[in-house]
Amino acid sequence: MISFQDVHKSFGPKAVLRGVNLDIAQGTSMVIIGGSGTGKSVALKCVLGLITPDAGTIMVDGQNATQGDHDAFLARFGMLFQGGALFDSLPVWQNVAFRLLRGSLKRPRSEAREIAIEKLRRVGLTPDVADLFPSELSGGMQKRVGLARAIAAEPGIIFFDEPTTGLDPIMSGVINDLIREIVVEMGATAMTITHDMTSVRAIADNVAMLHDGVIQWTGPVGEMDNSGDPYLTQFISGSAEGPIEAVR
Amino acid sequence: MGLIHPLAVIGRRALALLAMLGDVTLFFVGAVTHMVRPPFYGREFLLALFHIGWLSLPVVGMTAIFTGGALALQIYDGSSRFSAEAVVPQIVAIGMVRELGPVLVGLMVAARVTSSIAAEIATMRVTEQIDALTTLSTHPMKYLTVPRVLAALIVVPVLVGIGDVIGIYGGFLVATGQLGFNPASYIRNTADFLEASDIISSLIKGSAFGGIAALMGCYFGMNSGRGAQGVGQATKGSVQAAAVLILAANFLLTSLFFAT
Repeated sequence: MISFQDVHKSFGPKAVLRGVNLDIAQGTSMVIIGGSGTGKSVALKCVLGLITPDAGTIMVDGQNATQGDHDAFLARFGMLFQGGALFDSLPVWQNVAFRLLRGSLKRPRSEAREIAIEKLRRVGLTPDVADLFPSELSGGMQKRVGLARAIAAEPGIIFFDEPTTGLDPIMSGVINDLIREIVVEMGATAMTITHDMTSVRAIADNVAMLHDGVIQWTGPVGEMDNSGDPYLTQFISGSAEGPIEAVR
Repeated sequence: MGLIHPLAVIGRRALALLAMLGDVTLFFVGAVTHMVRPPFYGREFLLALFHIGWLSLPVVGMTAIFTGGALALQIYDGSSRFSAEAVVPQIVAIGMVRELGPVLVGLMVAARVTSSIAAEIATMRVTEQIDALTTLSTHPMKYLTVPRVLAALIVVPVLVGIGDVIGIYGGFLVATGQLGFNPASYIRNTADFLEASDIISSLIKGSAFGGIAALMGCYFGMNSGRGAQGVGQATKGSVQAAAVLILAANFLLTSLFFAT
């Protein structure tokens, strides 16, 4: 279980998170939605220790995210970055098997390559992609490789940062389906941030709406359309009229 | 009011410079502490050795040979004013080994390696590759900075040694081919004149300059701003800082080794 308890974060005078409270139950898929610049990525990066919260606590399975052995803590996570964040200097298979080639999860090189190819197959890529470099792949293929890297070490928690940004609708659908299948198959806890409502409906068990630095609404995805929350309703409809200012 | 504004600007700049010096010092200390704590990334270290050492050889060799040749011509012309042309081998040797070899190699490494390291790491920063490293339980300082700094500390003295030899050879070519020096006596004069302390100081300078060049590339890359402009500024800043620090370090080391 991931639990945000009154988490605050400011950058200079700009308060991005102003007391975020949110619980994500183990084995469920939570999607956090909200407009650009509302702090969705900041919340996610706070869990991973990439950004340190100014106040509040983030607990992961009872362990404080900011304390203890950080490497061991991070070994439980997989993450798909918005732009893929693949390492340019390494071929695809070494990107996927990065964690398996070094550190506490290190395996023999041949075994790591086999696992990488198996994970590439799982995300719909053929083994001949393994020896290409990221710059030789299309945006959709890069996302798939990023997804394969995120699941390579079979983590218990997977984060997805804007998984469909920059992809055409068909490829977005493919990635959404893959994410859903993989999360269910692995029984992992998933946290996705997006403003793509198609992704929300495809991926989420639960949804949280982040606005003005706080969670405005949270609940099961099935209740989202009839929530009665003016912020969520405006966000879903994409209307310029409502409590969310169109110019931010 | 008119006087206060420029003073405030100078004050702000001075404070920013001091803050950056403190930041660089902490970065350096961080790099050193990670050098002695596992895990160690041998493959990245070997790659850095190859990129910084082997791939810098052509530019170092060309810089050294032309500088050595020009130095021989200058010393011959200058010393002929007081009939001391015979000192060309000795002055070329001492000039290359003590000063020009390490400084020019240091500056060429700053131009070639510092800029490349800064641009690469800054691009990794803006494309979230450094965040990705962290989430993959790999410390960016250990994986990116330590191998590069360590490789530069080790391989730049080797480049300086090679640059010294090639520079002296450039002087030899010009002196024997153009100025009428006897090849055997030129070599003998060079070898007899150089002392071990000259060579040791040259190599120590090389190590220090290599460390500065790699450290500046890593520091500016890691602290890059966003977007293409951030990468550009990180690259420019790293080369400027490396070049100035190399020249300042050269003065300090020369004072330390040779001031009586």
